[in-house]
Amino acid sequence: MSAPSLAQKLAILADAAKYDASCASSGGAGRNSLKSKGIGSTEGSGICHSYAPDGRCISLLKILLTNFCIYDCVYCVNRSSSNVRRARFTIDEVVNLTLDFYKRNYIEGLFLSSGVIRSPDETMAEMVEIARRLRIDHAFHGYIHLKMIPEASRDLIAQAGLYADRLSINVELPTDEGVKRLAPQKKPETIRVSMARLREKIEEKSEPTMRTKKRQRFAPAGQSTQMIVGADAATDSDILSTSARLYSGYHLRRVYYSAFSPIPDSSSALPLVRPPLMREHRLYQADWLMRFYGFERNEIVAGRPDGMLDLDIDPKLAWALVNRHAFPLDVNRAPREMLLRIPGIGTKVVTRMLDIRRYKRLRIEDVARLCQSIAKVRPFIVADGWSPRGMTDEENLRGRLVPAPKQLSLF
Amino acid sequence: MSPVYHTVRLASETDFDGWRDAARRLALNEIEPGAITWQVGDGDDLFSDATPLPEAPPGATMNVPRDFVEKAKAVICHRDPARFGLLYRILFRLRSEPHLMKIASDPDIIALREHEKSVRRDIHKMRAFVRFVKVGQGEDERFVAWFEPDHYIVERNADFFVRRFAGMRWTILTPHASADWDGDSLVIGPGATRADAPLEDAANDLWRTYFTNIFNPARLKVKAMQAEMPKKYWRNLPEASLIPDLIKNADRSAREMLERMPTMPAPHHAKVQEKHWSKPEEHAPEDATSIPELRRQAESCRRCPLWQDATQTVFGEGPETAEIIFVGEQPGDQEDIAGKPFVGPAGRVFDEVIDEAGIAREKLYVTNAVKHFKFEPRGKRRIHQKPNAGEVKACRWWIDHEIGLIKPALVVAMGATAAQSLLGKAIPITRMRGEIVTRDDGVQVFLTIHPSFILRIREPDEAQAERARFVKDMQAVKALMGV
Repeated sequence: MSAPSLAQKLAILADAAKYDASCASSGGAGRNSLKSKGIGSTEGSGICHSYAPDGRCISLLKILLTNFCIYDCVYCVNRSSSNVRRARFTIDEVVNLTLDFYKRNYIEGLFLSSGVIRSPDETMAEMVEIARRLRIDHAFHGYIHLKMIPEASRDLIAQAGLYADRLSINVELPTDEGVKRLAPQKKPETIRVSMARLREKIEEKSEPTMRTKKRQRFAPAGQSTQMIVGADAATDSDILSTSARLYSGYHLRRVYYSAFSPIPDSSSALPLVRPPLMREHRLYQADWLMRFYGFERNEIVAGRPDGMLDLDIDPKLAWALVNRHAFPLDVNRAPREMLLRIPGIGTKVVTRMLDIRRYKRLRIEDVARLCQSIAKVRPFIVADGWSPRGMTDEENLRGRLVPAPKQLSLF
Repeated sequence: MSPVYHTVRLASETDFDGWRDAARRLALNEIEPGAITWQVGDGDDLFSDATPLPEAPPGATMNVPRDFVEKAKAVICHRDPARFGLLYRILFRLRSEPHLMKIASDPDIIALREHEKSVRRDIHKMRAFVRFVKVGQGEDERFVAWFEPDHYIVERNADFFVRRFAGMRWTILTPHASADWDGDSLVIGPGATRADAPLEDAANDLWRTYFTNIFNPARLKVKAMQAEMPKKYWRNLPEASLIPDLIKNADRSAREMLERMPTMPAPHHAKVQEKHWSKPEEHAPEDATSIPELRRQAESCRRCPLWQDATQTVFGEGPETAEIIFVGEQPGDQEDIAGKPFVGPAGRVFDEVIDEAGIAREKLYVTNAVKHFKFEPRGKRRIHQKPNAGEVKACRWWIDHEIGLIKPALVVAMGATAAQSLLGKAIPITRMRGEIVTRDDGVQVFLTIHPSFILRIREPDEAQAERARFVKDMQAVKALMGV
């Protein structure tokens, strides 16, 4: 077999990375290339440079360094028993691809992951070297996200943080039992300790040093993780409790939920069905409620006997329907925490309502002009010129608010 | 008196300074919004008989919220010809309604916000979808892009490209204006046509390869894609021509993926397994004969369910020859992360106090009654939860072994949980504090509080007094031991 061309390698190693959910390039410290006359900048919020027909944003060049792997994780297309074509980039190939794509404004930077060849440290060292060459040799100031190999040494983690904006370690599956069953060689304990070390390091470096009062750079965009949804029997309640633990324990910026997608040459231990995209979506919504709306995990899944989120309605509306006694809320008096619980109203609208309240009373027309669809909000609020009367307790309230079922497609 | 009409001529579509100067003069002269016509350039002479702009009354001042100025600078880039009038109307109203900017439900403010959002989105999309084509090699290397924005945003957006591509020479051409950076200075020039920009870059093929392969056909979501990447942008994106075929074939590709039967493992698989994963199973642990061995065994402790949420087992620390063992309650947030006992806030109090009492920490063995952190997640924090009797009992197995191996002369129980663990029953610590209880096996247990107790006292004087009592306890321990 002749050596594959760069294009062939790119095809193989991008294909191998397409199951990874994260492509975010946000949350980093601001940086630009004015002084160095190199290239690249990050300004806090990421930019999606394209979108694939799967609706997912393309922000970073998301590739694997290699898809050779000594691990045999059942859900992974790159597991050692899989028959996919294998390829391996050289360090310079990844560096040059990143620079060439960046200069044409195709991407915000690089998201580098890898199968593990020979040893975790050897693989991790090559990934760190790619980041180092980009940053130091080429004065590249774009975004770099490195997927850490959990078994990599402390020293390599410390170096990775110097060059990368974000580091991530995948928890793989929501429960330890799931990992043990589907990724028999991975150790949940090691993954947790690696995340703890990252948190420790990020906190240590974010303290101003005694001498200079300046903060050292270490993964300014923090750490994130990904778990696969739908490959094992974990319920949404299990998944959200894992997320709550991860956010509180390791201060992750994001937990990504990746609906398990069938992979070619798959193992029979897995569900060979379309990925549960709606479930993934609901989990992201629930995650959002925990991070920005002050909901606790148990509140979100309370009233769901099977531990699964309602697929027909969003989790906030589901919560409101179960907790009707808390409504209607008077938008002219309710505190912020309660306003945040009104279905159909987001954080921005709440801030605007509170601003307006300082100067005038809110009429229902005001609320209507602020939110996207007043129909969804009306049963839950009282405003000047509006009271829902019995509507809030109406038996068919759910029916009114749930969109009519669509004709199912044949496939 | 019939109203006096004014026509304002602005130098360009984005002449903010011109607008501001005119708006200021007009507003200070109380000219109603309806009496003003805004024009860009020389225009026709329909209103040539309009009166010249009035001077601002001497000494008159006008304060405008910063928020308005910032939004106005963005909105002036909007293509809507009515934007100048909208901005003036708001400015005029601000004089009698100083909080107007905060009334987000006001129709003028909604229009302002919508315009600003539209400009911001256009700016963002330009940053996203400008595609540079490389021309020339070596010294002559330059990058040229063609882009068609909705609004007049080139000038406002050019600095972003300077910050990002400082080390390149580049030109962005649009129908309305162009921006050129030669590595040192930025020049905003006139508009251009599509034909002025090069079409294909050698890297486009590689980019299309990437685009094709990063797409997962099992997750088709065409609407989501088009919401973010509307078709109007497609004609200038090299990868967009692939989209129709990718969509058309997605169903087939996905079904092929589903239907492809699992095959036999790849040939190299057995070798990999043999080489990396065939280490012999560790045989069942016998009773540990040293602290390090015990610590290793405790790493995989499953005696109670607390391991599930904790990061790691936090085992005792200190010399195996220690004369005293200090027992606390359980690891906290920081101990759980570091994997070491007594490194958090309570640990610092403990360190200070024993130092004050003249006890050297390196001579002590410090451990906890429960070795896993028990908590309730709340947002970004973990709220400490008291271990229950079952958990304390389950973990006693480790404490007993630690005591058995170290054989200390004294064990100090800090707090009720530690006392319960060591003595097997609930002890009223505050009442029995400072006492020594001798267990059936001869182990002597000194009772005192947990240092976190001091941290929980709000009243500074009270906390200081409590801390002093704790120092006294430690001095008693020191005297007992003669360390």
